Amino acid sequence: MQMARVIGDVVATRKDSNLDGTTLLLVQPIGADGKDVGRPLVAVDSVGAGVGETVFFVRGKEASFPFHPTEVPTDAGIVGIIDHYTVATD
Amino acid sequence: MILARVVGTVVATQKRPQFEGAKLLLVQPETPQGEAKGATLLAIDSVGAGVSERVIVVLEGRAAGEALGKKLSPVDAAIVGIVDQLECVE
Repeated sequence: MQMARVIGDVVATRKDSNLDGTTLLLVQPIGADGKDVGRPLVAVDSVGAGVGETVFFVRGKEASFPFHPTEVPTDAGIVGIIDHYTVATD
Repeated sequence: MILARVVGTVVATQKRPQFEGAKLLLVQPETPQGEAKGATLLAIDSVGAGVSERVIVVLEGRAAGEALGKKLSPVDAAIVGIVDQLECVE
């Protein structure tokens, strides 16, 4: 999994029918220092996240597991909202 | 599996139910020589690792889900070992 900031939402009317009813959010992956890492991506949300929140998301086939038995065609899914995180400084 | 260093902890209240009771740690992938490489990842811990320890992380959904011991877990990274000693000849 990776941490990310939710930076937007995505609306798509025409889409795969297995995506119907899902929330698509735009997330920017971040590192432990809170800085952006890599490019933003679109992820399905299964925990009720919103813009401005820090979340963690899973990549790969596992991203569709929260919607089982529906096989949602996604490769990224938000699976938790981060309350806070601590990074050790040495 | 990759080598990584545990650099922090994450707290999330709102998350998929499979994460209940699981420990989430921030890990920084490392080369065998101990240099940080790539973006920080979030992994579930199944072996009782702690901050600053060097660990072995599996980066594949099925294996990571097995570490959590729950079916259809939306996870893609799990700490499966703590490195006591490592010898690299190159």
